[in-house]
Amino acid sequence: MSATMEAVASAARADAPPAILLDKVNKWYGAMHVLRDVSLSVALGERVVVCGPSGSGKSTLIRCVNRLETHQEGSIKVDGIELSDDLRALDAIRREVGMVFQSFNLFPHLTVLENCTLAPIWVRHMPKAEAEALAMEYLERVKIPEQAMKYPGQLSGGQQQRVAIARALCMKPKIMLFDEPTSALDPEMIKEVLETMVGLAETGMTMVCVTHEMGFARQVADRVVFMDRGEIVEQGPPGEIFENPKTDRLKLFLSQILRGH
Amino acid sequence: MSDAATHTPTPARTPPITLVGPIGWVRTNLFSGWVSSLVSLLLLFLVVKWVLGFLDWGVFNAIWSVPNDAAGRPDTSSCRALAGTGACWAVIGEKHRFILFGTYPYEEQWRALLAILVFIALFIVSAMRRFWRKELALIWIGALTLIGVLMWGGLLGLAYVPQERWGGLVITLILATFGLAFAFPLSILVALGRRSKLPAIKALCVLYVELVRGVPLISVLFMASVMFPLFLPEGMNIDKLLRAQIAIILFAGAYLAEVVRGGLQTLPRGQYEAADALGLSYWKKTGFIILPQALRLVIPPLVNTFIGFFKDTSLVLIIGIFDLLTAGKTAIIEPAWQGFGIEVYLTVGFIYFCFCFAMSSYSQRLEAELNQSRGR
Repeated sequence: MSATMEAVASAARADAPPAILLDKVNKWYGAMHVLRDVSLSVALGERVVVCGPSGSGKSTLIRCVNRLETHQEGSIKVDGIELSDDLRALDAIRREVGMVFQSFNLFPHLTVLENCTLAPIWVRHMPKAEAEALAMEYLERVKIPEQAMKYPGQLSGGQQQRVAIARALCMKPKIMLFDEPTSALDPEMIKEVLETMVGLAETGMTMVCVTHEMGFARQVADRVVFMDRGEIVEQGPPGEIFENPKTDRLKLFLSQILRGH
Repeated sequence: MSDAATHTPTPARTPPITLVGPIGWVRTNLFSGWVSSLVSLLLLFLVVKWVLGFLDWGVFNAIWSVPNDAAGRPDTSSCRALAGTGACWAVIGEKHRFILFGTYPYEEQWRALLAILVFIALFIVSAMRRFWRKELALIWIGALTLIGVLMWGGLLGLAYVPQERWGGLVITLILATFGLAFAFPLSILVALGRRSKLPAIKALCVLYVELVRGVPLISVLFMASVMFPLFLPEGMNIDKLLRAQIAIILFAGAYLAEVVRGGLQTLPRGQYEAADALGLSYWKKTGFIILPQALRLVIPPLVNTFIGFFKDTSLVLIIGIFDLLTAGKTAIIEPAWQGFGIEVYLTVGFIYFCFCFAMSSYSQRLEAELNQSRGR
């Protein structure tokens, strides 16, 4: 029963245009070739985990999706809109794509509530009261409504990252990008952030997440993408990737990751 | 009965008087060893000697007023008889209106005084954080217009006073206030321009800053007062004070721009990226995220530059504008008062000090308040 429902769901996904479509994307930092012919399609509602050794280009890849980095060759389409130098297209895309950073990047001079309401008020032109109500709703969802009037500096790392997630959600994005969201956290705080992300995944949000949390990948991901040296080396459902790695590179990487845990 | 029967907790004692309080402080800071004791005693001796000497000169031996001679001119012979052993404060009593208002017509000097008070009120209002709203800009426009009306006159029944007759403290306040009020926004734009991705804007801002920083303020003032009129078409004349004012604005703008740029550079890149990722436009990102943080970081060097320029306005004396210092200098040209420069310069210096010290202590308080709100 549930298998058929999943099949139906995936069929529906296949029909809809992809949320993110990368076609032969290339990027160089000076002479360094950091993305090499990367092609990737993420369907609406799909949850993709990107992993790989450091310097493999995984962060650069997702930062190209909302143009914090510019790619030099190939095309990137987000929600059907092509990324280019056209600022209006870029604004439209950034409104639909939320991002969570490794180092939280909350605005330290604003309260938690102001962090969450700033963009809805000034980008979405939402009335202040409505934005505040929305912010409180999301702060409750990430389980820290009582911290709304505090400043980010007064919160723990895990709390700050949950605020960052709430801040991104307040823009009601269609797609969420996570750039190593737990890498800067202490072990006991990693858990609370991952739980928040699992909860978000259950709502059907399209998510692309760069992480080394293999437990999270197994539990949540529809697909795991393994990158090395600017290329996508292997991709597939988490079970397949983790149990039957095909390439030596991925085998080596997995053995190193597992030894570390 | 065992030995471990009862234990009475030791009551807390206050620390010995020799460790805390003023006595403790003096012991640890002034007399911690024989070298420091010796230095402390020597310095104490010098301070006492100097303070007593100053009190002798400035208070006990001082002359506070002098009689007029037959011709109605002040008779300063009693002051001269002191031969430097006492201050002649009579010069301040006699010349204070000249020092404060310069050659502004005597009967109209209440207008200049009122203008000074409006300036001070404006500073006080601007310093209070609860007035930091959009309306503050209107208050500034209103106050500066009021000052203009008071100084120039020519309407509301006030007699017209040409700008050449203005002088003293008013000129210093006008140059400093207008100078910094225009230079500060200019400097923010230039600092942002220097970090712009558009090469033309960036080059223009770099050129402006490097050009202005490369020459002394005096030469800019000279250019404004001597060379600039040569380039104007015949018959066209821009007020000398205005030219000096523009020179000061352009000069201060370049220096402040570098201070602001320093603040922009210390902000972590993540702040820019987070604002971009939320879809904030360049100006919203700059206004809500970048500048509030960057300016807060550079309050100490900003105020440092402000204070420097407040005092640098005195350089307009070389192009013949009567600011506070020039007025003081001119006040003692009169033969009767020649030789009493120390008294006048001490007074002028004290007025500068009051304004600069107010800026300095305000900036320290502001910094503490703003950091408090960040929970640090």
